[in-house]
Amino acid sequence: MKTRSFIVSGAPHIHENSSIHKIMWNVFAALIPASFVSVYAFGMDSVRVLGVSVISCIVLEIIALLFMGRNWKAAFDGSAAVTGLLLGLTLPAGISTGIILVGAVVAIIIAKQVFGGLGNNPFNPALTSRVFLLIAFPGPLTTWPLPRGLENIKDFMGVATVKAGDAITTATPLGAIKENAVKAMPSIQVNDLFLGVHTPGSIGEISALALLIGAAWLLYKKIITWHIPVATILTVFAISLLTHLISPDKYADPFFHLFAGGLIIGAFFMATDYVTAPIFNKGKLIYGVGIGILTIIIRLWGGYPEGVSFAILLMNSTTPLIDRFTVPRPFGFRKARNQS
Amino acid sequence: MSKAKTFKGGIHPSYNKHLSSDKEIVEAPLPEVVALPLNQHIGAPAKPIVKRKDKVKAGQLIAETGGFISAPVHASISGIVKAIEPVEHPLGKKVDAIIIESDGKDEWVEFNPVDNPFAADADTIRDKIKEAGIVGLGGATFPSNVKLSPPEDKKIDFVILNGAECEPYLTTDHRLMVEKTEEVVTGLKLAAKVLGVDKIYIGIETNKPDAISKMEKEIGDDGQVIPLQVKYPQGSEKQLISAITGRETPPTSLPMEVGAVVFNVGTCLAIYEAVFQGKPLFERVVTLTGHGVKNPGNFKIRLGTYVAELVEFSGGYKDNAAKLVLGGPMMGRAVPTDGIPIIKGTGGILVMTQSELIVRYYSDCIRCGKCIEACPNNHNPQLLGILIEKERFDKISEEQLEEIVLDDCFECGSCTYVCPAHRPMVQFFQQAKSYFNNKKKKR
Repeated sequence: MKTRSFIVSGAPHIHENSSIHKIMWNVFAALIPASFVSVYAFGMDSVRVLGVSVISCIVLEIIALLFMGRNWKAAFDGSAAVTGLLLGLTLPAGISTGIILVGAVVAIIIAKQVFGGLGNNPFNPALTSRVFLLIAFPGPLTTWPLPRGLENIKDFMGVATVKAGDAITTATPLGAIKENAVKAMPSIQVNDLFLGVHTPGSIGEISALALLIGAAWLLYKKIITWHIPVATILTVFAISLLTHLISPDKYADPFFHLFAGGLIIGAFFMATDYVTAPIFNKGKLIYGVGIGILTIIIRLWGGYPEGVSFAILLMNSTTPLIDRFTVPRPFGFRKARNQS
Repeated sequence: MSKAKTFKGGIHPSYNKHLSSDKEIVEAPLPEVVALPLNQHIGAPAKPIVKRKDKVKAGQLIAETGGFISAPVHASISGIVKAIEPVEHPLGKKVDAIIIESDGKDEWVEFNPVDNPFAADADTIRDKIKEAGIVGLGGATFPSNVKLSPPEDKKIDFVILNGAECEPYLTTDHRLMVEKTEEVVTGLKLAAKVLGVDKIYIGIETNKPDAISKMEKEIGDDGQVIPLQVKYPQGSEKQLISAITGRETPPTSLPMEVGAVVFNVGTCLAIYEAVFQGKPLFERVVTLTGHGVKNPGNFKIRLGTYVAELVEFSGGYKDNAAKLVLGGPMMGRAVPTDGIPIIKGTGGILVMTQSELIVRYYSDCIRCGKCIEACPNNHNPQLLGILIEKERFDKISEEQLEEIVLDDCFECGSCTYVCPAHRPMVQFFQQAKSYFNNKKKKR
């Protein structure tokens, strides 16, 4: 009898063929519609911001991996590109290239690689970087150029436009109601916010529709689950509805809060970051509600007009705790005791 | 047909059952030589009662039980005992086996069936099953007579036939249910009678409609066929029980704890043959399949037949055959050579090609949670995997994870199958299990 040798390896011998690479580049692709809208609204400035951010994040990741003697090809797994794109999308179109580079260093080196790279960072790198920039460079980070179609306005929602160098800048819708609540409210249509082309703001947050198209893709590909975004958005909606009913003159209506600012991009693309969010479904709901509450508190009563970044980062820090208290019941436990 | 039942969790791999699901069972020719390992079952190895140069007939007892949980071994061909020596065993370690060289005559011993089995008392049936060396043929190889002897204080409510066959590629149980419907059902009814149970369920995944309709017709009013969703690992004993009865077997307990006993399809056929025909277990049906063999199919073989001999009979390997797996692709074991005998618990032989090999490096966990979704036991493979990778066994003890997770993990591989970071979860768990086993031994 003739025998033959074979290759041996551990079970299972088949794999779903999923990979980090596929997941991350799918997230990247899901942000493309929002990126296109931003280029339409802000032109080449948007291309510059996003391009510099993505490329510098990938280059820094390569440098960091080489420095630590790790496989530098992991820089192309898509996670650095996603961080770069998310960081870019949270910045104003007029931001200087130098500040973007500082942001990339904070995101990739300080928020990610120092902790051990992908999978080990406690805080979302793009958000950490954005909040760092907001505190370090408050001026440039809150200078909002006028998007296409609004070039000739004198004021936006009651806030006068300002000439800053070559550009004319104004407030975001959330900034406007913070400064000028009563006058501002009637002058913006939820429609405009939803389509987003005619509102100032961070380049990626202006079109809720484009973001939702990307989010639908992620849900369809089962890359994210509904738990975190739905919990976050419903919480914001519920609280803002309540405050609006109590005092419509003082507080904007719930739809305004949904589509103005970074709630959509935050809830679907940042809060759902695997590494920094709770892992069990029950935990995800708690986490989402927490983000919603913190966001609306900061928006309505805090010092900053927008609170999504802070809310997500604060909730990032609660992730280990939430995970600990939401472990599901293993098969056969407890329930078995009540039988028989 | 009512809505198909299932359990929580699980995965949907490509089933690839079409390779062999329509192929009728073919009887393989008599092998020239067989190697019959002394432990083809869970429990104490059998003790040989033949010596070198003894002449044996097919069905003759050649090794007797070595303890309460043990099973005898019978010659599967007639011929001369050539040696009792260690051979490659499907489970890895070399173990002693009785090697028999065929004399080509295929003489069988005389069989002693039980008269009118449904009227016979339970002990007679149990003894017959024990004598025949029957173990669970699904792969667990637990001696069947032990399963049929629950302690007095355990009330058994259900007998379940496991016709799920959730492992991709394998079609052994499917073919048996279609071709040996009457024998399988009779064996099952007999097992239920021995246990004093009148509730019989037959769980079959809905991808086997021909088996469902034939079994439904055969069992009639004596039991109920339960269509099950096509999902891996639907055929895992505890998941099957929970899908059909809603009862969850506690970790480290046997299914009889919740009043259920589960039988494999092949085992029921073996019980039928042992009791009604007096035939000991020395043949079984295996699926030989995969893209690495020329003619996949289902074969009735003598136990102890070498894999190489069966493959040659079937038509041989394709040129790109690269990996030989005993069992299915999820839980089967890759073996280094085909010079390895087929034993009682071998339900399938899968030959994979070069292009199907997975060669990947794993990276850090990204906490995507896919393993948690996939785990049929609702465990947290993610956390445990990280703790084992970092060798934090102290932390595992502190969290009591070894009791909750490790003891009950049956290494179905669902977590590993879905992991986008390609983390070898099953191997992590095996590592931790052996760590804790060694620790227990030292104590």
